[in-house]
Amino acid sequence: MSQEKVLECLKCGVKLAMGNVEVTYLNNKFPIQLPKCPKCGLVFIPEELATGKMLEVEKALEDK
Amino acid sequence: MDHKLIMSFEEKCIQEQPPACNATCPVHVDVRGMVAAIAAERFTEAFNIYCKSVPFPGIIGRICDHPCQSACKRGEAGDAIAIAALEKAVVQQVEVARPKLTPASPKSQRVAVVGGGLSGLTAAHDLAKKGYQVTLLETGSQLAGRIRERFSTELPEQVINDDLAVIEQLGITVQLNTGVGKDISFTSLCEDYDAVYLTALPGQQPGELTIDPLTLATEIKGVFAGGSLRLGNTSPIGSVADGRKAAISIDRYLQGVSLTAAREQEGPFQTRLFTSLVGVEPLPVVPMGQDRSFYSKEEAKREAARCLQCQCLECVKVCPYLEHFKGYPKKYVRQINHNLKMIKGRHEANILINSCSLCGLCQEACPEGLHLGELCGMARQEMVKKGKMPPSAHDFPLRDMAFSNGPSCTLTRHQPGHTVSNYLFFPGCQLSATAPEHVVRVYDYLTEKLPGGVGLMLRCCGAPAEWSGRRELFMAELQQIKDQWEEMGKPCLVLACSTCQQIFQQYLPEAKLVSLWELYDLHGLPQVAAAKRPTLVAVHDACTARHRGEVQEKVRKILLALGCRLEELPTSGNKTECCGYGGLMQYANRPLADEVAKRRIKQSPADYVAYCAICQENFTAKGKRTYHLLDLIYGEADPTTPAKRRVGYSQRRENRVKLKNKLLKEVWREKIVPQENDYTAIKLLISPSVQELMEERLILVEDIQKVIAYAERTGKKLFNHDSGHYLAYHRPVSVTYWVEYLPEGDGYRIFNTYSHRMEIPGGDE
Repeated sequence: MSQEKVLECLKCGVKLAMGNVEVTYLNNKFPIQLPKCPKCGLVFIPEELATGKMLEVEKALEDK
Repeated sequence: MDHKLIMSFEEKCIQEQPPACNATCPVHVDVRGMVAAIAAERFTEAFNIYCKSVPFPGIIGRICDHPCQSACKRGEAGDAIAIAALEKAVVQQVEVARPKLTPASPKSQRVAVVGGGLSGLTAAHDLAKKGYQVTLLETGSQLAGRIRERFSTELPEQVINDDLAVIEQLGITVQLNTGVGKDISFTSLCEDYDAVYLTALPGQQPGELTIDPLTLATEIKGVFAGGSLRLGNTSPIGSVADGRKAAISIDRYLQGVSLTAAREQEGPFQTRLFTSLVGVEPLPVVPMGQDRSFYSKEEAKREAARCLQCQCLECVKVCPYLEHFKGYPKKYVRQINHNLKMIKGRHEANILINSCSLCGLCQEACPEGLHLGELCGMARQEMVKKGKMPPSAHDFPLRDMAFSNGPSCTLTRHQPGHTVSNYLFFPGCQLSATAPEHVVRVYDYLTEKLPGGVGLMLRCCGAPAEWSGRRELFMAELQQIKDQWEEMGKPCLVLACSTCQQIFQQYLPEAKLVSLWELYDLHGLPQVAAAKRPTLVAVHDACTARHRGEVQEKVRKILLALGCRLEELPTSGNKTECCGYGGLMQYANRPLADEVAKRRIKQSPADYVAYCAICQENFTAKGKRTYHLLDLIYGEADPTTPAKRRVGYSQRRENRVKLKNKLLKEVWREKIVPQENDYTAIKLLISPSVQELMEERLILVEDIQKVIAYAERTGKKLFNHDSGHYLAYHRPVSVTYWVEYLPEGDGYRIFNTYSHRMEIPGGDE
């Protein structure tokens, strides 16, 4: 995932860098490495992740 | 869910009932399995299947009186399968070493079996296998004496001896030339053994024995009687069955358990399995080769291939949903039950429960009237109650319902100039959404034709809540409708949507209902100038109109009156198929709903006409030219222009709002105070391909507007140096929406949008 290098947080005026993010769903937490604004924490979730793996995990959690 | 209720569903499905051949066979040979193995040239497997039910395969396979054959369903389409000949082919042509039998751990109890015929041999065999000490007493000088005489041509000596080798193998004590009443007294027999099975009358028998046909017990404790003593010796397989029955009884007797419990299906019985012969080509039996009285392997294979492999699957044949999960209702009922009961682990049947269209076609197809949709509906309610319903399954349609029943869409009014309503037009949320102009016209028509005031109620009937198992939510929606309806003087409801009609019929039974189509038929069709209509149409009945024969009839009558020729789809009326929307299938299982819609629209090349707005929208979305009946009535079904595009989710919302405002303004002359939110003024430029993506991903214009409003207000957005686009995310509901965009003119150009349900902490407040 090299997209962080071309993504800039417009509010803070800085490039995103890979960082730890904890996404949650149905009381489950998932630590994940995502491009993130080092200052304000704005993250980037790519389309492939949202509609692929993330969707799979959501469905699995919903069926738990 | 109540166990009895689950059982009642499970019990109705007959797919696991045995085929007629098996049920008719006194020892229930798995004829279907055996014949399938023969057809596949797996003769050893066929032999092993046969041996599972038949203790002496070499003998029985040659002389069985095959009652199964007359029960064979194939006999209703050509000749019955030559089951006896196939059995013979199997036992004659397969050289398999008999599996060595090892009796269960030895028991101390001793059983005497009197008579070395088929019945006695079977009882001795079965009991010895269970570990009992069995003594077989035979008057004659050899076992199976009468069989040897009677079937001397069919049964070579060697075959009998090979089969009877098992008697020795099982450690059965054989006493030949021993007559009871002659060599041993009946009394001492009863004293020496824990149980006795008589297949021949003892010499000094104590009067007539009464035999219980269910258990073969006699009035003497521990003495059982059957076989030729009871049957005569006409049926070899009947004798085997009696021996088996006696063995079961003796085992139960010696273990001190009930002799009678659950024995109904021991002998021949009537199966409930239904096998359709529709489309089955009648075929004659495969003849035996020249001058032979037996089948070659090749002939046996061909004969076996004629077997129908009886099964029901009537519902599965007509329902893509039932087919999709690769089972049949009985299996599904068990999976649903398991899913509801299970506390930990993956609820694998969630998708099964939520994919059903609840349309009831299965019930129409099922010989026993099983309606799996009813169970799915109840299961959904239970899942919701227990907090086990997957949140995403019905989230979107429920939000849509909330919108339809929110302040920007709902409207309830008496006709202008009236203080009561004789009728109340309830167009339904989907017609209002897809064709608001028709609602205006219909209301105009109704107020002109019907006396005593025609009120109007714009809102959703609550079907999405009901379908999704939100019972409380549904009842609350219904209550609002009921209260307003009562306030209006309980007018007759005029319904344009068959789902609304179904819902009100069930939950507002005190209301008088009439379908719009009945009124058009009664009061005449409106005259339309320069009407455009196709000449030929195929009618698609909505699944919620399945049991509304009078509505189906009126729809057809109207179409004929409009000058259309009608084509009936292969399934219509009470057998009609769902468009893929029913039961919210479309939201819980999009790929399946797509398959369902595609299957339906392929059934005729003719243009379709639907009288449910959603059926029309669904088919149109798949590129099928489908008119709403109102399009034809108002002369707007033009077969020469390109097919209409689907309206889409966002436009549907907008149309409902506009409809309310238009009616308020034009009919009731009320001033509209538009309820503008900060985001609704945001202008979007969306290409058709992005619009398609939004439909597929259930993302509304409004969702995108909210993201942009939020990003522009807070400055929280990303810039992609590669594409030069902005990217922002926001979570206005239980979904996080992402939008890739750029300002353009006085609005925004949308390049992409996607969503997820996971929350990003801190990133969006």
